[in-house]
Amino acid sequence: MKKRLRKKLLSQERQQERQQERHQERHQQPDRERLKNFANERDQRVNGFVSHENRTPGQPAVKGRPSVSKVVVVTSGKGGVGKTTTSANVATGIALAGKKTVAIDFDVGLRNLDLVMGCERRVVYDFVNVIRGEAKLNQALIRDKRIENLYVLPASQTRDKDALDTEGVGRIIDELKQMGFDYIICDSPAGIERGAQMAMYYADDAIVVTNPEVSSVRDSDRVLGLLAAKTSRAQAGAPPIHPHLLLTRYSPAMVKRGEMLSVADVLELLGIPLLGVIPESKAVLQSSNKGTPAILDETTDVAQAYLDVIYRFLGQEREHRFIDEERRSFFGRLFG
Amino acid sequence: MKFLDYFRRPPKSASLAKDRLSIIVAREHTGGRKTPDYLPQLQQELLAVLARYEVIDLANVTVNVERNGDCEVLELNVTLPDGSSVIGAKRAQAATA
Repeated sequence: MKKRLRKKLLSQERQQERQQERHQERHQQPDRERLKNFANERDQRVNGFVSHENRTPGQPAVKGRPSVSKVVVVTSGKGGVGKTTTSANVATGIALAGKKTVAIDFDVGLRNLDLVMGCERRVVYDFVNVIRGEAKLNQALIRDKRIENLYVLPASQTRDKDALDTEGVGRIIDELKQMGFDYIICDSPAGIERGAQMAMYYADDAIVVTNPEVSSVRDSDRVLGLLAAKTSRAQAGAPPIHPHLLLTRYSPAMVKRGEMLSVADVLELLGIPLLGVIPESKAVLQSSNKGTPAILDETTDVAQAYLDVIYRFLGQEREHRFIDEERRSFFGRLFG
Repeated sequence: MKFLDYFRRPPKSASLAKDRLSIIVAREHTGGRKTPDYLPQLQQELLAVLARYEVIDLANVTVNVERNGDCEVLELNVTLPDGSSVIGAKRAQAATA
């Protein structure tokens, strides 16, 4: 009896070791490498794509097409749902994929993106300074120290939202396109007033961040109305912005107990395609404490969820994860 | 029959949330244009004109927009202070574009 038990324990140990080895193997080629390879391969398939490293400023990435820069607004209406977290992670993720990316903080007066991205001590000039002509765009852009191709344009902390106007914002976005940025991520302030409308005005794509909660869903619905009416695309009669839903702070366990709106519920209510589901996690707070976007710590579920979002955003279909409660083994629960 | 309640499950809060939201969302979508936001101002200005001829209270002037199918009806109701006589239920019909 005893012998058999010992044998069993030994084999379990061996199994665990093997699992660890496999885990290490997987992380020898980290996820970010894979993401970059994927994006490169995809670019090569597009005819005549010139990556930004081999491009002179102002040269289009694809010949014959004036600009392939994409302006993406991250918006929600309601505050505190994860716009800034999402902006930081999406910008970081797209930069990891090798795209030249800038994240602009539109929350004038209450800037936070610089803090979440961990570059608050390097802010000298801001967005409003550039609009007013008090500084050059180059002086205000902060280059990320961890990831190449990633830049932050901080908001002003001292002025109010009226400092932004369509003409000024348009000028800066054009200039960023001229500088060869592939993606311009606009982090919208909460609300539906001037600041939020400025953030969405020039957008080509929108990520609508929503929590599975009544007030957030209602506000998102409201924002969808604004995206369809109060943007330059809507006013020029151009093809409309395609909004994507990002459901954040999702708790599969609560959904299972019937205490939280499910993904299906929110999708049915809002009627826009799902970009991803980000599970509720301590990792988000921990990453903002450190000023390191969560996507950089690939061991967390939040990072995995955001990586999926990046793949989908760059055009790869991926199965949705973190929607159902994960089954944890007895040992997992003991040691996890 | 208290013990039977034990077996009957209370409605889950998530489904309540969904029901409430679907009403709100449906209303905002089918409603399309909501009531015009000049109504309070219209009410004030009407009151200013009426006050030249009658002593009247803001509470006695009501302005409403109703919708019957394709037709929008702007309804003004002014109640005179000396009784329940309604001088005018002026109805201006405006067909929607």
